[in-house]
Amino acid sequence: MTSLVWLTVALPLVGFLVNGALALRRPGAKDLVSYVGVGVLLGAFAVALGVFVQLWLHPPHTPIIVDLWRWLPVGSLQIDFALQVDQLSAVMLLVITGVGSLIHLFSVGYMKSDPGYARYFAYLNLFVAFMLVLVLGSSFPVMFIGWEGVGLCSYLLIGFWFSDKVNADAGKKAFIVNRIGDFGFMIAMFLIWQHLGTLTFTGMVERAPAVFSPGTGVVTAITLFLFLGCTGKSAQIPLYTWLPDAMAGPTPVSALIHAATMVTAGVYLVARTNVLFSLAPLSSMVVAGIGALTALFAATIALRQYDIKKVLAYSTVSQLGYMFIAVGTGAYASGVFHLVTHAFFKALLFLGAGSVIHAMHHAYHATHSHADAQDMRNMGGLKQHLPVTFWLMLLATLAIAGVPPFSGFFSKDEILAAAFARAGDHPIYYLFYAMGVVAALLTAFYMARLITMTFLGENRTGEQERVHLHDAPLVMTGPLVVLGVLSVIGGFINLPPFFGGGAWLEHWLEPVTEPAARFFGLEMPHGQTELFLVGGAVLVGVLGLYAGYRATLRRRTPTAAEAPDDTGLARVLNRKYYVDEIYDAVLVRPLIWFSRIVLWKGVDQRVVDGAGVNGSARLSRGLGWLGSRLQTGQVGMYVVLFLVGALWILHTMVR
Amino acid sequence: MTEVVFYIFAAAAVLSATLCILQKSPMASALWLVSTMFSLAAIYVLLNAQFIAAIQVLVYAGAIMVLFLFVIMLLNLGHAESDLRGPSSVAATLVIVGLLSIELLALTHYSPRRLASELSQWPTYTDPATAFVAGQITQQEGAAHGVVMAVAAPLFQVYLIPFEITSILLLAAIVGAVVLAKRNV
Amino acid sequence: MLLGPSLALSAILFSLGVAGVLLRRNAIVLFMCIELMLNAVNLTFVALAQLHGASGYVMVFFVMTVAAAEAAVGLAIIIGIFRHKQSVDLGNINLLRG
Repeated sequence: MTSLVWLTVALPLVGFLVNGALALRRPGAKDLVSYVGVGVLLGAFAVALGVFVQLWLHPPHTPIIVDLWRWLPVGSLQIDFALQVDQLSAVMLLVITGVGSLIHLFSVGYMKSDPGYARYFAYLNLFVAFMLVLVLGSSFPVMFIGWEGVGLCSYLLIGFWFSDKVNADAGKKAFIVNRIGDFGFMIAMFLIWQHLGTLTFTGMVERAPAVFSPGTGVVTAITLFLFLGCTGKSAQIPLYTWLPDAMAGPTPVSALIHAATMVTAGVYLVARTNVLFSLAPLSSMVVAGIGALTALFAATIALRQYDIKKVLAYSTVSQLGYMFIAVGTGAYASGVFHLVTHAFFKALLFLGAGSVIHAMHHAYHATHSHADAQDMRNMGGLKQHLPVTFWLMLLATLAIAGVPPFSGFFSKDEILAAAFARAGDHPIYYLFYAMGVVAALLTAFYMARLITMTFLGENRTGEQERVHLHDAPLVMTGPLVVLGVLSVIGGFINLPPFFGGGAWLEHWLEPVTEPAARFFGLEMPHGQTELFLVGGAVLVGVLGLYAGYRATLRRRTPTAAEAPDDTGLARVLNRKYYVDEIYDAVLVRPLIWFSRIVLWKGVDQRVVDGAGVNGSARLSRGLGWLGSRLQTGQVGMYVVLFLVGALWILHTMVR
Repeated sequence: MTEVVFYIFAAAAVLSATLCILQKSPMASALWLVSTMFSLAAIYVLLNAQFIAAIQVLVYAGAIMVLFLFVIMLLNLGHAESDLRGPSSVAATLVIVGLLSIELLALTHYSPRRLASELSQWPTYTDPATAFVAGQITQQEGAAHGVVMAVAAPLFQVYLIPFEITSILLLAAIVGAVVLAKRNV
Repeated sequence: MLLGPSLALSAILFSLGVAGVLLRRNAIVLFMCIELMLNAVNLTFVALAQLHGASGYVMVFFVMTVAAAEAAVGLAIIIGIFRHKQSVDLGNINLLRG
């Protein structure tokens, strides 16, 4: 079955081709598109399941490489297009195809009345294909294909409704900011090739410990450049600014790409190259530090956002920060664990939000109102109207807040415990732990705020609109239910011994994380320390939820139209610390100025056009003019020239 | 003795040539050129090339220069006001001719001995008498069979093909001259 | 053996011929100076024939022949030009101006 793993890539690719063709020729064939679009995903999931089962029955000690074809034989560099099937990629495979299938199903209902239906599914299928190439790639270049490909699909899908300039700009922003990260990835690839002589992951695992001694400059540089790529793709500081803007795309896209899969590519990369990061403790510290900072920073911004999707976007950035704290402390399995649980509850939250927005749109459409359907200040009391959505989103909120026994609790607790444990070696990790705890508090707070403002209290949507608010059809709520179940029970895949579990995921991933454990092993806390940590995490979660609930319900929230603008600290948070404006002033404008004035006017017009093109033409003409002066037509002059030439020849011969 | 005669005729030749190039009237120039040729013919005799001297007088001075005179008289050129070209030409002349004469006069250092030493294979073997065998043969031929024979023998034996080609050249020249000069009837 | 002086005389005559070519404007006189140059070359050949044998004389023979042919054709051309321009001044012959 593992030799058929390429089907998981091929099926969505076929889906892309078919749906793309339909989008161009018969955009009205929505049924066919639905069957093809969802069908290929379900097929890919089936194959993924088969691969997983086979690995489970016969766990391999070394990764299984499925060689597809010879791609770049260039001298001593032989890059084959090959897929690597091991424990880590099997987990990612299941998450991507599983959650992906659910989201595709949800999209059938959500995008039903959109004229670009076929195009949407084509792009979504293509995205899944590229994402699978990313996680299944057996070498850096193949992974990079997937890396770039998902960036492309992200651009296409964010700017899906590109006739509105705001959406198109958001797509461009995502792509361009990602490119900065890609530059880091490429530099890291070059350095790896230069020092290790190989670009495959198995080769890297084999050679890195022998070539690099721990803590040296080269491996630190490589890992920092790789992490630059991660900050771009996984929206960490300083390259996170594209993610909130990416909410301009359809909500299922936000769920799939910007919650469950693409943004986790950075975490996957660090987990995959754990041998390198374990050899560079400084880089790991940077990773954890940036993760912690981002987690806290994004959580503070989410406190004061009014658009429901923006809250979830910053929540995603924050949770990704947690995953980086995990891999930064060397707890790679914990990072992957949180990746999986986060995929479940964040996808659920986004799809639930999608359900809410769908209902609000429907209501506003019926009354021809132009109010913002995504602004939480226009919602409220939707519990009565959208009960299924409410209960499921509540489950997801409990999960993300870290309330036991939901999935988020186990994964988040493990991350904080790992940070605490690593602090024994480097005290700075205490700071990261503290930041993580504060961020957990804030997470619970703003999620409670979101639920309260949206579903509880009294409805602010309006008298006429209220009639039209109703829950989503089964095709949309069905996936929600599945995700809800997973959010609840998902934690049990890695139950720590403290709770009597066998830490299954961690053991499952051991063959992959083993190279790191040699240099960067971690002793997890147990006994009384662990009790304190667990208790603290639960306390923080519950406290935050309660505080958020009370604070939001206490005062009457005005509707978006009549709400006064925020002032003071609230304003700064609402305007996201003006980071976008700062970037614009410090980076974007100088760059544009430089391009226009120096490079365009200066170099291109004056040097290339003036000196190069026109200058050489003028030179030719000048030389030609000089030559034409010889053609006087006067015989006398010609005679003189004859004699000069003859004299010259004579001179050379006399010598 | 021969040297004195040589120098007299050499001076005559140089003088005639100088006047040739400086005369205003083309007719005068032509006549001075004839004088130069006569002097050269005399020098040929002194150099033991009697046949060549005869041909020089017959062909060059007698046919070619007559042709020139015919054309001059035909075109009725008369005196020109100033036949010399402008000062730039004079400057160019001085430069070019100066350089030329320097180059050429450098060649006069060649004595037979030096020529022989340059030509012979062995550095010590520089006796012109033995290095230049061909010259000796010619002189012996000339003494034995006459100067005409000395020229005719190689002409019709070794250089037969160029000889024939030259006759074709003359044919072409005749045809060309006729075609170019005739009126469009 | 008059080799040296002969060569010197030849050099002087050749130089005079070149000077004449450069100085005179009349086309026919130009031709005559060219003939002068050819004569100088003939003198060189004859002078060296004493060393190199009869081939020197044969060369002179050929040079004279070619000079005759060249003079004939050249003068025919000049006559043609004279018919068009009514003068043989070199300054007037500039139709090939570029």
